[in-house]
Amino acid sequence: MDAIRTELLTKYYGKARGIENVSLTVKEGECFGFIGPNGAGKSTTIRTLLGMISLTSGHASIFGMDIQREREKILNRVGYLPSEAVFYDGMRVRDVLKLSADLRKRDCKSAAAGLCQRLQLDPSRKVDELSFGNRKKVAIVCALQHNPDLLILDEPTSGLDPLMQKEFFEVIRERNQEGATVFLSSHILSEIQRNCNRAAIIREGNIIACNSVENLAKTKTRRVSIHGKAELEGMDGVRDLHNFVDGMHFLYSGDVNRLLSVLSQGNIQDISITEPDLEEIFLHYYEKGGASR
Amino acid sequence: MTIIKHELKQGRLSFAVWTGAIAFLLVICVCLFPEIKGEMSDVGDIFSSMGSFTEAFGMDRLNFGTLTGFYAVECGNVLGLGGAFFASLAAVTALSKEEKGRTAEFLLTHPISRNRVITEKLAAVMLQIVAMNVLILALSLGSIVMIGEEIPWKEILLLHLAYFLLQVELAGICFGISAFLRKGSSGIGLGIAAMMYVLNLIANMTDRVEFLKYITPFGYCEGADIVTDGKLNFARIVPGILLAAAGIFAAYVKYGRKDIQ
Repeated sequence: MDAIRTELLTKYYGKARGIENVSLTVKEGECFGFIGPNGAGKSTTIRTLLGMISLTSGHASIFGMDIQREREKILNRVGYLPSEAVFYDGMRVRDVLKLSADLRKRDCKSAAAGLCQRLQLDPSRKVDELSFGNRKKVAIVCALQHNPDLLILDEPTSGLDPLMQKEFFEVIRERNQEGATVFLSSHILSEIQRNCNRAAIIREGNIIACNSVENLAKTKTRRVSIHGKAELEGMDGVRDLHNFVDGMHFLYSGDVNRLLSVLSQGNIQDISITEPDLEEIFLHYYEKGGASR
Repeated sequence: MTIIKHELKQGRLSFAVWTGAIAFLLVICVCLFPEIKGEMSDVGDIFSSMGSFTEAFGMDRLNFGTLTGFYAVECGNVLGLGGAFFASLAAVTALSKEEKGRTAEFLLTHPISRNRVITEKLAAVMLQIVAMNVLILALSLGSIVMIGEEIPWKEILLLHLAYFLLQVELAGICFGISAFLRKGSSGIGLGIAAMMYVLNLIANMTDRVEFLKYITPFGYCEGADIVTDGKLNFARIVPGILLAAAGIFAAYVKYGRKDIQ
């Protein structure tokens, strides 16, 4: 069964575009990445899936249940980590965790205690006295303590220090190995590259690519670094050109023979041609609007 | 029940401050009565000869020298205004505070229906109003006994019942408004309560706008009418209850479909 399935999901805020015709499928047990910069429509997609905002058109289901008609059943199986964790003033961490468990009609004491220990979170602290990162930890425990079948994580590592990010992804990997589906929304591409099997790229409310992370990274575009001099002016397929003291580097998506021919006319001491990382590919998708790969 | 408990906990400070302040002022007023009663021959004429001001507060039809007359004007104003402010404030922030405080994302991503959120939040507001009125009534009765006066049960209970209904009506209207708001709700709640109070003062001053008494809930809380008639004016109460019901209905319709920011 598909954990998440959206068909032509569209949301407009009045006349303003939220998302348009978003069609996605996330398989059960998958760790799926959702990439896009701020304002691309990642949070709108998530909020629509969680029933916080109504959809304008299209259809979506989670574990086969319609997001509009079976919202409570869906949320019972979902753990959601928002990008910005805000709680009620005056409450202690343990009270927030208990409130979350009570709203789910579950006893999550032991799971919460274990997670607090792993994330080094003091349950006796007041939430309004916590730093942004520590509030994020509270939200992580709220999202995980009831052992959800689907984890929806929106910019999960913002505010967490590198060690805590490592621990967090360790926990997520464990949950994923135990069978939980993970939907990871982020603009940090290395996070997606390290942790996800498949990913979709969203641009101005539209999905412009959806494939395995490996396939998304497969592109004709290459990162070329040279030491020496070459005349690249007016050459098709050269982007992101940076000159430095004794050389240059650039992204190249044109004819390789043509590039080699041009370079051979210059004075090259050293050259490396590598696959670009996901970050560079992402920029490529954004500049081209996904029209070419 | 989880949301009711949570709401009561979150609102306990506001509840304690408002209830404490109103009860304190009521007890002080009652304790002042023996002194006022003694000086009634001097002040009675002053109170009844202040023109429109006298009429606005219904002092032309009440005898300040009796506990019921004094209680209906002095204590009625304290309980009327204080209770109205508290009920409006509690109700107008009930739903909107989740978006204003950005906690809606936490609350509404749990497996609870919007209708349940609305119902439990409304129940929490009403429970606070009931608890406040019970406490204030008990303290008020206690203070009457303390000053050695006989309790005028019928008048006191009718006055308190009228103010309770006023608070329920304002709470219903403000609860409906709360569903439409995202920010800055408390000013609107306090403004509505104050506006209703002033409308009643205006209606008391001139017969030409008596219809206002059917709009403002203070119209059926008029101490002079309640003490004189010995009953509540249901012709004024029914439109108020209908308004409250409309407010609550609007809250269910609006909040059930609202896009949460």
